[in-house]
Amino acid sequence: MSDYEIVIGLEIHAELSTESKIFCSCTTQFGGEVNTHCCPVCLGMPGTLPVLNEKVVLYAAKAGLAMNCNIAEYSKQDRKNYFYPDLPKAYQISQFDLPLCSGGYIDIKPGEDTKRIGITRIHIEEDAGKLLHDEWESGSLIDYNRCGVPLIEIVSEPDMRSAEEARLFVESVKAILEYTGVSDCKMQEGSLRADVNLSVRKKGQKEFGTRTEMKNLNSIRSIVRAINAEAERQIEEIEDGGKIVQETRRWDDDKGISYAMRSKEEAHDYRYFPDPDLVPVMLTSEEIQNIKDTLPELPDKRKRMYVKEFGLPEQDAGLITASKHLADFFEEVLKYTKNIKAVSNFILGDLLKCLKEGDLEARDIPFPAQYLGEVVSMVDDGKISNTIAKKVISIMFETKKDPLTIVKEQGLEVVNDESALLETVKKIITSNPQSVADFKNGKDKAFGFLVGQAMKETRGKANPQILNRLLKETLEKL
Amino acid sequence: MALYELTIKQLSDLLKNKKASSVEITKEYLERIKKLNPELGCYISVCEDTALEEAAKCQALIDREEDISPLMGIPVAMKDNICTRNIKTTCASKMLHNFIPPYDATVSGKLKDAGTVLLGKLNMDEFAMGSTNETSFFHKVKNPWDFERVPGGSSGGSAAAVSADLSPFSMGSDTGGSIRLPAAFCGVTGMKPTYGTVSRYGLVAFASSLDQIGPISKDVEDLALVLNVITGHDPRDATSLNIEYPDYTKALVNDIKGMKIGVPKEYIGEGISPEVRKSVLEALNILVSLGAEWEECSLPVTEYAIPAYYLISSAEASSNLARFDGVKYGYRAEKFSDLMELYCRTRSEGFGDEVKRRIMLGTYALSSGYYDAYYKKALQVRTIIKKEFDRTFDKYDLIIGPTAPTTAYKFGEKSDNPLEMYLGDIYTVSVNIAGLPGLVVPCGLDQKRLPIGLQLIGKALDEPTLLRVAYAFQQNSEFHKLKPGL
Repeated sequence: MSDYEIVIGLEIHAELSTESKIFCSCTTQFGGEVNTHCCPVCLGMPGTLPVLNEKVVLYAAKAGLAMNCNIAEYSKQDRKNYFYPDLPKAYQISQFDLPLCSGGYIDIKPGEDTKRIGITRIHIEEDAGKLLHDEWESGSLIDYNRCGVPLIEIVSEPDMRSAEEARLFVESVKAILEYTGVSDCKMQEGSLRADVNLSVRKKGQKEFGTRTEMKNLNSIRSIVRAINAEAERQIEEIEDGGKIVQETRRWDDDKGISYAMRSKEEAHDYRYFPDPDLVPVMLTSEEIQNIKDTLPELPDKRKRMYVKEFGLPEQDAGLITASKHLADFFEEVLKYTKNIKAVSNFILGDLLKCLKEGDLEARDIPFPAQYLGEVVSMVDDGKISNTIAKKVISIMFETKKDPLTIVKEQGLEVVNDESALLETVKKIITSNPQSVADFKNGKDKAFGFLVGQAMKETRGKANPQILNRLLKETLEKL
Repeated sequence: MALYELTIKQLSDLLKNKKASSVEITKEYLERIKKLNPELGCYISVCEDTALEEAAKCQALIDREEDISPLMGIPVAMKDNICTRNIKTTCASKMLHNFIPPYDATVSGKLKDAGTVLLGKLNMDEFAMGSTNETSFFHKVKNPWDFERVPGGSSGGSAAAVSADLSPFSMGSDTGGSIRLPAAFCGVTGMKPTYGTVSRYGLVAFASSLDQIGPISKDVEDLALVLNVITGHDPRDATSLNIEYPDYTKALVNDIKGMKIGVPKEYIGEGISPEVRKSVLEALNILVSLGAEWEECSLPVTEYAIPAYYLISSAEASSNLARFDGVKYGYRAEKFSDLMELYCRTRSEGFGDEVKRRIMLGTYALSSGYYDAYYKKALQVRTIIKKEFDRTFDKYDLIIGPTAPTTAYKFGEKSDNPLEMYLGDIYTVSVNIAGLPGLVVPCGLDQKRLPIGLQLIGKALDEPTLLRVAYAFQQNSEFHKLKPGL
């Protein structure tokens, strides 16, 4: 396998977060009752006509500028013709030869060095409806709510060489789209999905190998798995003396394998032509400059600021700023405490762990930033220990209760009562004679063990300073 | 004179002066439709009940003198490819034989708001593809001047209905001559306005870059009254022009002194019937007698207009008509075992031969490998045709010529030879390709007593010049008053 190099290009489809659809005024909201977010226009009823939502152009241009693309002053919309029940007009309005954005790039950092991934183009198009196959035995049902929701398709150059690079690229795209407010990138709702174009070649070989395309991968995890599995499949095929067929494949994430869908010969002829119902999309250079001037801060810049202003290690800064929601949350917490390092540690250690366990994203953090600020302050004020703080965060995550209430209800305050702590110390010394002897013989480690036992006895609530002092004094008196 | 013989203007005067009511007028038309439509076949649907209700409502407004705008209380009929809310809109196709749109076309809404009374929906060639009305799924339309002859198409029902006094005016659509040809064959006045001046929203698309809705009426004055209502910018149509629209009745001036007319030699040379040619030249003489001047000019690309038109219109149609797949509305094949069969059967059974012919032609022209040779080439011809017109209008105020090479022909005469039928569009398609306004007025009868239509072609948005010349012509001739005598 190490004799081979993997070549990957991605096509990422992102739903734009405009309020209304691309060619009508229907809402783009997710999760409405089936077929309630549609009208004669997005249903493609006879005689109805599309009128382009100008916000779509604005959002797509923002994405393009944030990814260093050229924005076309003249672009047009074309019809991509094919029959499928989820496509009510039997054509998708997209952009063929004159896309809105082209020639951009994103920098990723797979190792020590930065790597530039080219963006071939970004174009605007409409989403299709959704076929519902379940619970309907004699046929399928169609939900047209997603029909006409605006999308951008981001096409990369075949510049990526590993699943890891592809992951970093998708994460970067996701972060940029979130930061610019262009898309909310909710992958589980299908608002960000990717097609993977992949080929392999012997290291040192100049020409690309024959590529396959895997369609509609809707999580970063499945993108990574699909890439690894497909690369392996292709290499095995070649090693066994076979040939790669140019084809479209479907990735089955449950089974972890891909299936051939159709070969190049069976590929659709989409018969693209300019949509005569629409006029060209025109932007003046001033308008493009205006969009550029109003671009919000991008993740890379924010990361550099975190390193410089907050003194965070580069890796920590990168992890927090990769998600706009997480970075926003982080900065919000800093309004309630000045202990940056502690906030960063709790977020990267405990909060991310909770999110991951619940298969959630940063936007789903169930409690306000203020709560985490209070937790940090309580630690700093010696009201709870670090260990208890972790426990409080995990409880906040589940119950959404504020930390003070949690600490009170569960009796988690630090025990400062010296007489109570002295009792504990005495008890620990009595029940651990061996460790006491070790300590007396100069083994410092034994002291740590005894502190741990005492902590355990108080369920982590003992004030560590007082406990340390009392234990030391008592041992010395022995 | 019977009420049904009157123009919009005359009816409107009667309504204003309380000498007739909208209900009376509507009743008279409904009775005449009942009597003549079974033979003529102009209407696909007649809205008997709703028409009388609407008429009563309009009359109430007139009685209270709240609204006596020019079209208030006047009956109208619409080509059956213009959507009308809650009223069947079939495009004369089996595919949409049961389709009831839950929305109005912009034009339908505007006419409703202006107080017109909808008599019904008019027959046409299936999906507006054809020149004879023989391709209608329901029945053919007969030419009121000779029942053995075609009314012209595709707005055959719209032209025949006005000619036979089954409606005071009607709405048609014109993609390659579909208003002008039947207006000429049926001896009525009709206009295809500049592309973008009348909203296409709710017009079931045939070829989006060429389609335009327009009126058919008894004279030019009525045409101007209707244009005032139906033109205007529509935010629901991206190709609708956002400009200042004139009051078209202001163009109705009986003075055309010094008007310069170009007559393309390609329009009056080879291929035209001598009788049509003679009639056109006589009409030009009338205009000269009124102080206009004419000379021959040349539009050399005319011979390429038909292939370009059939490529562009069929390419667009192949895509526009793809949505009729049996999934959502309209006809669905009864027997199918999978999705592909549902599509194939529905479309094989739902579309007629002419529609299928154009879908296949258009699909072929857009296919990869052929796109450059056909569709792209046709777009290049389109650009040249536009330039030729621009050049001609540098020299002339308007262009005048025939509408069709012949008068109405017999049923079946050309339907077996589509190519020959397509050639009958030679004088009309260039106007759509260039997006220009074209107006047709009757200019005489041939020896078989069949009407001949004079075509006036103007610069983009220069409807006023066309209306003015046509108005002067009708003020000084009687051709538009000739009747088929039913």
